[in-house]
Amino acid sequence: MHLSTDEIILWQHGFFKLNLTIVTTWGLMLLLAVGAKLVTRNLTHEVQTTRWQSLLEVIVITIRKQIEEVGLRQPEKYLGFIGTLFLFIAIANIFTIFPGYEPPTGSLSTTTALALLVFVAVPFYAIRERGLRGYLKTFAEPTLVMLPFNVISELSHTLALAVRLFGNMMSGSMILAILLIVTPFIFPMVMSLLGLLTGMVQAYIFSVLATVFIAAAAGTSETPIDDKP
Amino acid sequence: MDSMTLIAAASIITAGLAIGLGVLGPGMGQGRAVASALTALAQQPDASSTITRTLFVGLAMIESLAIYCFVVSMILIFANPFWNHVIGQAAAH
Repeated sequence: MHLSTDEIILWQHGFFKLNLTIVTTWGLMLLLAVGAKLVTRNLTHEVQTTRWQSLLEVIVITIRKQIEEVGLRQPEKYLGFIGTLFLFIAIANIFTIFPGYEPPTGSLSTTTALALLVFVAVPFYAIRERGLRGYLKTFAEPTLVMLPFNVISELSHTLALAVRLFGNMMSGSMILAILLIVTPFIFPMVMSLLGLLTGMVQAYIFSVLATVFIAAAAGTSETPIDDKP
Repeated sequence: MDSMTLIAAASIITAGLAIGLGVLGPGMGQGRAVASALTALAQQPDASSTITRTLFVGLAMIESLAIYCFVVSMILIFANPFWNHVIGQAAAH
């Protein structure tokens, strides 16, 4: 029994190790990129669209609406980043229906990388919205005494994001492996069904939390309200 | 009792205690959160989408506490650094 897919090394040459996590991640990236490219190759404005275009439109519009509901007024700015996070984690988790597939999100290195992306994206968007001065000022709110706590909370957010996704995905596959020893036939199937649900919920939670952190740092209060009714 | 037995016993007992005690608090917290959300849903069914989203995010936040305990106990059982150190020393002799 292994704790993560990092321990399965497929190819090694000196310092470079190619483990299962990297291979699966690149495979998923290739799949997402090639799939998106194939679908968006010939987009149409007409009423009659292809099935795949309708699917992508539904996904993009839903993500856009969710971002807007959390509190970011111009979701187009954040759609690329948050949508990519959600799609990658969701696809990585949902592929567990294929036997023999190990989700790369069940490895702490992948989830840490994703959480670090959020860690970098929060100040990036906040500085773009408020300027460097405005962003640094948010650390001294409500008073200057809270400065160390705000810094700690920023760091612990990142840690929590990484460990939450890793723990959920790892526990799913771990419980499945233990159940296969104890009750081999029907019950593991039910648990893997539950694992699929957990995977989708975790993908949703990860992207919503990223949105919430960005919204809290970027702040929508100072930007003027759009002329939308 | 030599140090190997001591480390093994301490790791196993601590792993069980960590998950057992660590799940208590988040369990009660999640119960309270779901109960309040149900009350709110019964009072205002129109706001169901907002309540459900906030509930899920809150539950995930609470659940991550239990997940930390789970990760710690898994590390203690399957990837214990002290145990690996002792095994390494025993292999060197």
